[in-house]
Amino acid sequence: MKPSLQGAFRIARAEGRKALLPFLMSGHPTPDAFANNLREAASFADVIEVGVPFSDPLADGPVIQHAAEVALRNHTTLSRTLATLASRDPGPPVVLMLSVNQVLARGVERFAVDAAQAGVSGAIIPDLPYEEAVDVRAQFARQGLSLIAMLAPTTPPARMAAILGQAQGFAYLISVAGVTGARQGFTTGTVDYIRRARELSPVPVCVGFGIGKPEHVRSLGEHADGFIVGSALIRAMDEGLGVGHVLGPLRAACRQAVDSRPHTTGVIS
Amino acid sequence: MTTHVATAGRFGIHGGQYVPETLMPNLIALEGAYTAARQDPAFRDALDSALREFVGRETPLYLATRLSQACGGRIYLKREDLTHTGAHKINNALGQALLAKRMGKTRIVAETGAGQHGVATAAACAKLGLECVVYMGGLDCERQRPNVQRMQLLGARVVPCESGSRNLKVAVNEAIRDWIGDPHETHYLIGSVVGPHPYPTIVRDFQSVIGREARAQVLERDGRLPEAVIACVGGGSNAIGIFAGFLGDPVELHGVEAGGDGATHAAPLNSGTPGVLHGAMQYLLQDADGQILNTHSIAPGLDYPGVGPEHSGLKDSGRAQYHVVGDDEALAAFRDLSRLEGIIPALESSHALAYARRLLKQRPGITVLVNLSGRGDKDLPRLMERGLL
Repeated sequence: MKPSLQGAFRIARAEGRKALLPFLMSGHPTPDAFANNLREAASFADVIEVGVPFSDPLADGPVIQHAAEVALRNHTTLSRTLATLASRDPGPPVVLMLSVNQVLARGVERFAVDAAQAGVSGAIIPDLPYEEAVDVRAQFARQGLSLIAMLAPTTPPARMAAILGQAQGFAYLISVAGVTGARQGFTTGTVDYIRRARELSPVPVCVGFGIGKPEHVRSLGEHADGFIVGSALIRAMDEGLGVGHVLGPLRAACRQAVDSRPHTTGVIS
Repeated sequence: MTTHVATAGRFGIHGGQYVPETLMPNLIALEGAYTAARQDPAFRDALDSALREFVGRETPLYLATRLSQACGGRIYLKREDLTHTGAHKINNALGQALLAKRMGKTRIVAETGAGQHGVATAAACAKLGLECVVYMGGLDCERQRPNVQRMQLLGARVVPCESGSRNLKVAVNEAIRDWIGDPHETHYLIGSVVGPHPYPTIVRDFQSVIGREARAQVLERDGRLPEAVIACVGGGSNAIGIFAGFLGDPVELHGVEAGGDGATHAAPLNSGTPGVLHGAMQYLLQDADGQILNTHSIAPGLDYPGVGPEHSGLKDSGRAQYHVVGDDEALAAFRDLSRLEGIIPALESSHALAYARRLLKQRPGITVLVNLSGRGDKDLPRLMERGLL
């Protein structure tokens, strides 16, 4: 029985903290180190995102692009990733992050079956926008997988409502227009956009892109349900540091973040 | 004109909009702006006069008599090599730059392979007063150096892309990443009939002037249509441009992909499978896991693992046929046209010329129309350096 995304967010909320969602790249820096990091990250994470490397990612900055190149050189494939996930100890729910072509190459139905069998809870497919997702969403639903909805600061209000109307598991809010990677800070526009999304969202809203330091969590903490950390964590792996080096302080910031709204909303049963 | 677009942006199963959410609102806005622009007589007038006075249209139709004699048939050349900046790319670059200006964009990013689209975009931006950034694979910067210098002279910033295959595919990746970072001010001026909807349609429409002119010109000369139309296909914009004039006619359409050195090539319509790259479903060179494969062609403009979704649809429907010509056969055609006609063709266009020779050998006496999509000046330094001439 795979752990549920809903349950993970419910626990975080019950414990009065923001959820932390670290991103690891399968096969990076080596397949063994990835398996080890996956184990270690479990004690800091509410949900773990696992990237399956793609040769030509469009939305990734230099750090994650490089990690994908390293992982591909290490012969990382979707099948090997699923095998690693299937054999892991019980832990937080895992969502895959990969390109739509990797899903299509396997066949949408087979992908959904294989991912569910490996204990995966859902997938983030950044180059599969709402309009193109009908078939994938249906196949995922059949296997109990969540297709994670993505929103961007460029998404207009009506479109935001339509996308969130289909959201499952959690909503991924891209913090700024741009590729993945650490940023200096966030503007008031970012805050407004997150608040608007959270008001409309039937599922928890998590902010990603540019989240790397405790102050990022502190500055946005009251408006979101969770935080996704990718490039900053991958860079630490590149520098040979343990996952705790980045995730420890972020986890503490997530625990301290005070919510802007009453306890009862945010996570819908 | 016949159109085989089943639904907006789809050509059979191909096409679509597979891009990050950050760009979706941009694509929707672009489609709206383009629809409005094409119905606006002022926009069409501005484009027509720029095509006439800046680009030098219409381009001639030329009966290549000595080449025809040598090949055993009649070969017409549509002389896109005579346009300003030296290739068909300017038709689209100018159209999109005018559209971007109309949309209030201040900055243009583009990718380029052979450098012809980069030069055309740099020229259009200089003319219209738009900032211009061109992404170009590091390998292509080396093998098409004259075009890098031309772009810089025209005021563009050329950014070499040094990751992976260092060619056109990587340049497209980087251009799209730049665009994601500044979607409000920046227009991505894509150079071929690839990318997410509405790009393949917009680029097709701006390039269809080639086919419109050629059809009228050949009818005026011969009182009949040619048996076949031939064009090289990388992303496929020159081919779509000339095919567009003949889709509804009983005329064979032949696209020619790059066969490279045989071992590695750039022929997705002949050897690929459907998949998604750079925002659209299309035939692709990919492995079983959906990773995009590396390509090789002597012609940088053809050195791309994907191909426009409309070509993918034309292959599936059988309306067009796609063939493969390798580096050596293209080089032979390059030399032939130079010596027999006094015209130095682009290496890309030389692939189409090579197939014309092959077709006339099989069916002597027929009339073919070849899109001479560009001129070969850009290729000379590299070819001489490698002792290939």
